[in-house]
Amino acid sequence: MKASAAISPERSATPAQHLRRALTHVVLLAGAVVFVFPLLWMVSTSLKQGAEIFSTPPTLIPSVFEWNNYSAAFDIVPFGRHYLNSVVIVSVCVFGNVLTAAMCAYGFARLRAPGRNWIFGVFLATMMLPPQVMMIPLFIGFQKIGWIDTWKPLIVPAFLSGGAFNVFLLRQFFMTIPRDLEEAGLIDGCSRIAIFARIILPLSRPALVTIAIFSFMYHWNDFLTPLIYLHDQDKYTLALSLNLFKGMYITKTPWGPLMAASVMMVAPVVALFFALQRHFVEGIALTGLKG
Amino acid sequence: MNGVFRTGSARRREALACYGFILPAILFLLLMAIGPIVASFVISFTYWDVMTPPQWIGLENYREMFLEDDLFRRSLWNTLYFTAFVVPLGTVVPFLVAMLLNSKIRGMHIYRTCFYLPSIVPVVAGSVLWLWLLNPDLGLVNAALGAVGIEGPLWMYSPRWSKMSIILVTIWGMAGGPNMLIYLAGLQGVPRSLYEAAEIDGARWFTRVWNITIPMVSPYILFTLVMGFIQAFQVFTQAYVMTPRGDGGPVDSTLFYVLYLYHKAFRQFEMGYASAMAWVLFVIILTITAIQFKLLGKRIHYG
Repeated sequence: MKASAAISPERSATPAQHLRRALTHVVLLAGAVVFVFPLLWMVSTSLKQGAEIFSTPPTLIPSVFEWNNYSAAFDIVPFGRHYLNSVVIVSVCVFGNVLTAAMCAYGFARLRAPGRNWIFGVFLATMMLPPQVMMIPLFIGFQKIGWIDTWKPLIVPAFLSGGAFNVFLLRQFFMTIPRDLEEAGLIDGCSRIAIFARIILPLSRPALVTIAIFSFMYHWNDFLTPLIYLHDQDKYTLALSLNLFKGMYITKTPWGPLMAASVMMVAPVVALFFALQRHFVEGIALTGLKG
Repeated sequence: MNGVFRTGSARRREALACYGFILPAILFLLLMAIGPIVASFVISFTYWDVMTPPQWIGLENYREMFLEDDLFRRSLWNTLYFTAFVVPLGTVVPFLVAMLLNSKIRGMHIYRTCFYLPSIVPVVAGSVLWLWLLNPDLGLVNAALGAVGIEGPLWMYSPRWSKMSIILVTIWGMAGGPNMLIYLAGLQGVPRSLYEAAEIDGARWFTRVWNITIPMVSPYILFTLVMGFIQAFQVFTQAYVMTPRGDGGPVDSTLFYVLYLYHKAFRQFEMGYASAMAWVLFVIILTITAIQFKLLGKRIHYG
């Protein structure tokens, strides 16, 4: 073994490293194009006129920008209505998830009670349950109380913490908050609710944002739950709307307007991603680290 | 110790406050998990169309499922086929992407964003998009294949290629998603000194990856394998959206387990049969998870 190699492997391998770096760029670039191209194609199709959509060879940049596809989307199905429905449902669900998950996480992290850890253990175990096992009894239960074809089966369960995963993540975060702050509050005579609302929640903003993102993504994308519970088309969510679109024409799918509708469904997610990139990526990596 | 006041009544008050705060979790546990799971077990021994009272039929649903129902077997086969592709590809492809994205080169965050974006696209939107891309006559994929002289298949219109189409959509959404980020976090936790030591010893790139990288990130790989299996077995939305009326065609080639369960429960209203299917799914998932932990658990390096 050469002494120089042992001392400074970086310097001795410069030409090889240059080559490797260039190679990495080429592979990354090729991969990135393959993965992003379908999305560019979605946008491109949404802006093309009928004839150009089917032209060979295909063009990426439309020769004429056809914005009418976007307005057509609202005529083919009640897309505006569905969009609004989704916005309302998802906002309420995110609020419910974040509020109740934080409450539970605070209780599990900080307040002592007989059986608390046991309850937490069983609660965590529910993460392993496939939702399909619960789906049928839940449907029958909601039917018995007359909730079918209403938004209640979508919204009300969101106020039951949204599941163990959210609570687990927030509990981990709350346990890192120093207890001194709470004890000072207790001595000053604050109630537990005041401590939770005025000390814990404001200190946990990054973790709450992460939970809110997860919750938003889940409810915005959810297809099976609204599919089961909603029958009246006026009550449909965006996910059902896109599917409805596809079925409107048996032989000729209106690809331009359908891609326009897809762009409108994807846009808020992508916008949220660019606005809160750090929370997205760190939150998701966290799930692997602590899981 | 967090007790400022540790008298009996203060302790009682704290316990009451605790139960109050965790009430949503307790209700979730009872109403959304334990209650329904017990109920679905009981329902699985009945014939129940929801309109008329349930009839107790013992193990009949299970007997029919395993011995008579060809569609059940078909759906199980379709799901195993899907899983056999999606679990390995959903591990290897994100791992390779993470390895590439772990190098320190210029413009990395742009690459990361490109790989990550497909994973945040709603599955419904991704599915209609790929339905368009994979359109046999007008789609971009067959146009590209045609340009290099390959005649593209019929994709969703062919029973031979329909499952592959759905695998393609799924992997597109997975490659840069949560698994990749988990591996990336794992890779960044591997101490540099290990690689430097190996490099000094003259270890080649492949040897370093095989003997350092993979063992060091093995806990993450096990985690994603288990989760990947559970998720693959529940595939539903892609198949529903990419087939007309969600029928799982052509000729039942994309009738996956949960899609068939959905048909049974919400189209034919055979709640007993669907519940029995749900329980079998539950047992399959538990078994495979336990096997994975047993097989791989010994070889995992917890750093």
